[in-house]
Amino acid sequence: MRHLPVLIPILPLVSAMLCLVFSKINRNLGKYIVICALTASLASSVGLFVQVMRTGESVHYYMGGWQPPLGIEFVIDEMNVLILVAIATVALFVCIYSQSFFSGKPKLAESDREEANFLDRDTWLEKGGFYALYALLSAGLLGMTITGDMFNLYVFLEIASISGYGLIALGGDKSVLASFRYLLLGTIAASFYLLAVAYMYSITGTLNMADMGMLLASHKDSTNVLLAVSMLIIAFGIKMALFPLHGWQPDAYTYAHPAAAPLISGLMSKAPALAMMRYMFYIIGVDSPYVGKALTVIGFLGACGIILGSVMANAQKDFRRMLAYSSVAQIGYIAVGLSLGNAYGIIAAVFHILIHAFMKSSLFMVIGAVRYRYDEVMIDKFGGLNKHLPLTTVTLVIAALSMVGIPPTGGFFSKWYIIMGSLESGHYFYLVVLIISSLLNAVYFFRVLETVFVNKDAELTEIRPAGPWKFELPLSMLVPIVLFGIIIIAIGVLNAPIAADVLSLGLPEVLAI
Amino acid sequence: MNSADIFGLVNDFLADRGIYALVLILFFLGMFGMIVCKNYLKKLMSMNIMQVSIIFFFLCFAQKEGGMIPVLDGITNDPSAYINPLPHALMLTAIVVSLGTTGVALALLMRLKDKYGTVEEDELLGRMSE
Repeated sequence: MRHLPVLIPILPLVSAMLCLVFSKINRNLGKYIVICALTASLASSVGLFVQVMRTGESVHYYMGGWQPPLGIEFVIDEMNVLILVAIATVALFVCIYSQSFFSGKPKLAESDREEANFLDRDTWLEKGGFYALYALLSAGLLGMTITGDMFNLYVFLEIASISGYGLIALGGDKSVLASFRYLLLGTIAASFYLLAVAYMYSITGTLNMADMGMLLASHKDSTNVLLAVSMLIIAFGIKMALFPLHGWQPDAYTYAHPAAAPLISGLMSKAPALAMMRYMFYIIGVDSPYVGKALTVIGFLGACGIILGSVMANAQKDFRRMLAYSSVAQIGYIAVGLSLGNAYGIIAAVFHILIHAFMKSSLFMVIGAVRYRYDEVMIDKFGGLNKHLPLTTVTLVIAALSMVGIPPTGGFFSKWYIIMGSLESGHYFYLVVLIISSLLNAVYFFRVLETVFVNKDAELTEIRPAGPWKFELPLSMLVPIVLFGIIIIAIGVLNAPIAADVLSLGLPEVLAI
Repeated sequence: MNSADIFGLVNDFLADRGIYALVLILFFLGMFGMIVCKNYLKKLMSMNIMQVSIIFFFLCFAQKEGGMIPVLDGITNDPSAYINPLPHALMLTAIVVSLGTTGVALALLMRLKDKYGTVEEDELLGRMSE
């Protein structure tokens, strides 16, 4: 039990190493190893969740027995344990979901074959390579969430990013350019993060986050803190696709490999958002004058992102691209939540990280399922989708309602907490932004729902057969999709215990209720 | 202020902060290249220049005047006699990361070159939209 925290990132990391070797022996063996490792990670995360909730104390794990500030520390507290469980859940179920994309050749017209060149490759190298990259990405995201060391965060960030570049590039020809542009921007982000670490390290001489928080208390108005804070905004702003820095994101989400897109779109921008919160509120602390100013900037950018992302999403014809622009808007909610700087704001931000991970992955799983059966991504081809894919459409409706923010789905409650926070701190501007964006969200998601239920049936050519027992999809795809629909409602119903009994216990001391 | 004073000020600045100014110039040179160059391979090289400047930055502030290499030699146990080894260790990791990033980027460029026959941004975008 004592070593549970280290198992969470280590097992997927080891499975990534073993995956390719075992894929050479049998094409499916590597995949099963990755699934086993992710299951063990999920089990350890749930175990830690139970432990943190039962003892009411955060869990500290010292790597190799070296005490901080010398050694690397893993910290699991009430704030990140929920996100940890969410990341492990999404990683495991998207991995299960991805299996069908690598089995069975689709019946494609010769002209479409070039476009869809990811679909019919299932040699050991491609299959094993995909799952190795997938496990690395999961390990990076899980590690980023729990690490308590600033440089270790950089290493996990780069593990996640580099494997993410690979997974995006697997999606076909257009995706290679998207991946390369993301690589350039992602490296700028990582460089700025390293510079921020350098500025903070040079005045305190420590890399441990808790230790840094204590030592920085006497340097709150130092110029180094100003530089570090502004660099952190750029670094995490690029990584979480905050509004003017989101240039890489629509292409990357649109062209990513359909089997990995749910994980990439759901989580790759969430772990940096959590890290941003950690830096602003736990390490540098909201009582530093620069953090106050930085939060204003983040909030303003977030508000611009909410409006512009929603407007751009309205203009898209490709469902994936629409979802990508709506991600820009949804990241804006997290930024606005952080910028409020009070307890409700932080709870709203973390709650939105949690719910948006599930919403966006389930929506990308839905579009992946449509692509799997019919190779279609355009919204105007969705007419009568509920007759072809009934259960998938249920999840589509639940996730869309949650994105708009209709109770009892989870998306409503994060907006509710943002509204409470902005009323408490007097930021009425965000209230207006939130209402306008909810209307815009409603416009573009109801346009999709209208196409599905009202428009006449589109002509779809089936490229792959349905699943067994009259189910519309293979069970390995259908179960995760339906499960995520249920989870979105469950998080909404359980929002009060999540906010009151989990998240509010992990608030920084100055803001504790 | 006569010329000797100005010379003294410049001298002090160069002796004190000159290396940081150079690192800063290198950093922005890299970033400028990434923005301005139209060739993706040149963009990648500029990215490497930027990463190297950060490595230099870490190594510069690890130095101190009169510091020895950080190997315990039995003469003194005083930590102030040695330079700080931690930034060097960190930068070893950062170098490995930048190697990995460059490798992935070159592989992506090879795929682009195979498919479209060019890595110039304008031509590439033109051929992709065809």
